[in-house]
Amino acid sequence: MSAWFLHHSYALTLALTRLVRTPFSSLLSIAVMGIALSLPAGGYMLLGNLQTFSGHISGAPQLSLFLALDASRDEAAQIGSRLKQHPQVASFQFVPKDSALQQLKQGNGLADVVGSLAQNPLPDAFVINAKSTVPEVLESLRAEMQKWPKAEHVQLDSAWARRLDALLSLGRVAVLMLAALLSFALVAVTFNTIRLQILTRRDEIEVSKLIGATNGFIRRPFLYFGAIQGVAGGIAAWLIIALGTYLINGALADLALLYAFDSRLHHLSSEDSMSLLLFSAGLGWLGAWLSVANHLWQIEPK
Amino acid sequence: MINFGNVSKRYPNSYDALKNITFTIETGEMVFVTGHSGAGKSTLLKLIAAIERPTSGSIIVNGQNVAALKGAAISILRRNLGLVFQDQKILFDRSVFDNVLLPLQISGFDPKTATGRVRAALDKVGLLDKEKARPITLSGGEQQRLCIARAVVNRPSILIADEPTGNLDTDYARDIMDMFRSFHQVGVTVLIATHDAELLGGAQQRILTLDHGKLAA
Ligand SMILES: Nc1ncnc2c1ncn2[C@@H]1O[C@H](COP(=O)(O)OP(=O)(O)OP(=O)(O)O)[C@@H](O)[C@H]1O
Ligand SMILES: [Mg+2]
Repeated sequence: MSAWFLHHSYALTLALTRLVRTPFSSLLSIAVMGIALSLPAGGYMLLGNLQTFSGHISGAPQLSLFLALDASRDEAAQIGSRLKQHPQVASFQFVPKDSALQQLKQGNGLADVVGSLAQNPLPDAFVINAKSTVPEVLESLRAEMQKWPKAEHVQLDSAWARRLDALLSLGRVAVLMLAALLSFALVAVTFNTIRLQILTRRDEIEVSKLIGATNGFIRRPFLYFGAIQGVAGGIAAWLIIALGTYLINGALADLALLYAFDSRLHHLSSEDSMSLLLFSAGLGWLGAWLSVANHLWQIEPK
Repeated sequence: MINFGNVSKRYPNSYDALKNITFTIETGEMVFVTGHSGAGKSTLLKLIAAIERPTSGSIIVNGQNVAALKGAAISILRRNLGLVFQDQKILFDRSVFDNVLLPLQISGFDPKTATGRVRAALDKVGLLDKEKARPITLSGGEQQRLCIARAVVNRPSILIADEPTGNLDTDYARDIMDMFRSFHQVGVTVLIATHDAELLGGAQQRILTLDHGKLAA
């Protein structure tokens, strides 16, 4: 066996022993790290879900063109031929007012209300799929159609998805800021945990150095300790998010039935979960490294 | 081989603890360093292990200028020295066995070889039956033997002991001195600081006498 391997297995054993010997303080630190990490990681998870959701909607750029109520069949046909010739229109569908009413009757248990109406309150409409997905192009298309005769109202169905996108970018910035702040807090927590460990082991460190231990040898068990505690904190955060997702999904299940779309939250992907663990391990490692470096620098003969 | 060339050491805010010291100790020699309390014996030994740095002069140990060593090179130097400290530096939070094991863990010995070596070292100083004991339960002489076991477990070529018989009665002190002689006989360079003149009585070894930081002739 190489000395390298022996040194590392020795350091790892030592780190695990120290972790197990102080179960309460270890669990407490891990819980604190888990809670702190679960906030940005959970926010990231929510953003991911919203992103997918908004992607579904804005993926197909659609416009709805509603005609004036008094528009005749001919006028509707004219608009139809304009659409057929328009270079920006990929396809379109005419929804005559009668079938729209029919749909409404079948649809939402409003049959009674609709049946009692004296005349059809709905306009003729076109549902248009544009060729471009560029928001600016869609917007100018909407403005152009709005000017057509008898076009009462043209609606860009992806408009609110764009608003959601803008909100998502804002959310991303907020999550990043939260992550940065809490990462700092985690490094500080580990720094302090390790500082206390060092204080109870200053004799051991002093003697070890006197009889030929390198700084690496002194540092290694503490680094392992920090990284292991970090990973454990990451796992705790992952579990907290899993629990949160489970609870929210229970509540969302009713909503999903109502609106017939999949509104279930999805946990972090396996790549993102791995990143979370690596990141938290890195933070623990960094906190430990800073703590030991600080101590070693203090005891260095000047 | 240990060589001091015009070595002076001044501690911060203090006078010169060592003044212009020059001497050579050949490989395999056994040398005593003696002198009154505060003469600079411990300082001289600490300079050899790079625990303290000289203010001026050169210190060559096994061909290396110790005064210029940095970082990991100092660690490697110390692993090749056996050190017995005046204030012992025993770790009281672990057994006798684990105290002696520490230098081997630092050098990266595998556990099996290390266990064998620790037992051999403890056997040599007569502490084999106390390997599981806590150091606090040992007598003063036994604690001193523990320090020697820890110093020799790495099989160093140079053994440096600072007051290894301090506070021990004469019989016990002679025992320990015999132990050092036996290391000397198997070729280890031995350097011992002591103010105990009785220990030197009849010794044919070389004696370096320090007086207020100066080497007396
Ligand atoms: N870390 C230090 N800082 C300042 N002065 C020191 C330091 N260590 C030793 N000295 C001074 O250097 C001088 C030599 O000290 P040293 O410990 O080498 O003496 P010694 O011969 O080993 O004495 P003793 O027999 O009492 O152990 C003393 O005057 C002491 O006060
Ligand atoms: Mg001394």
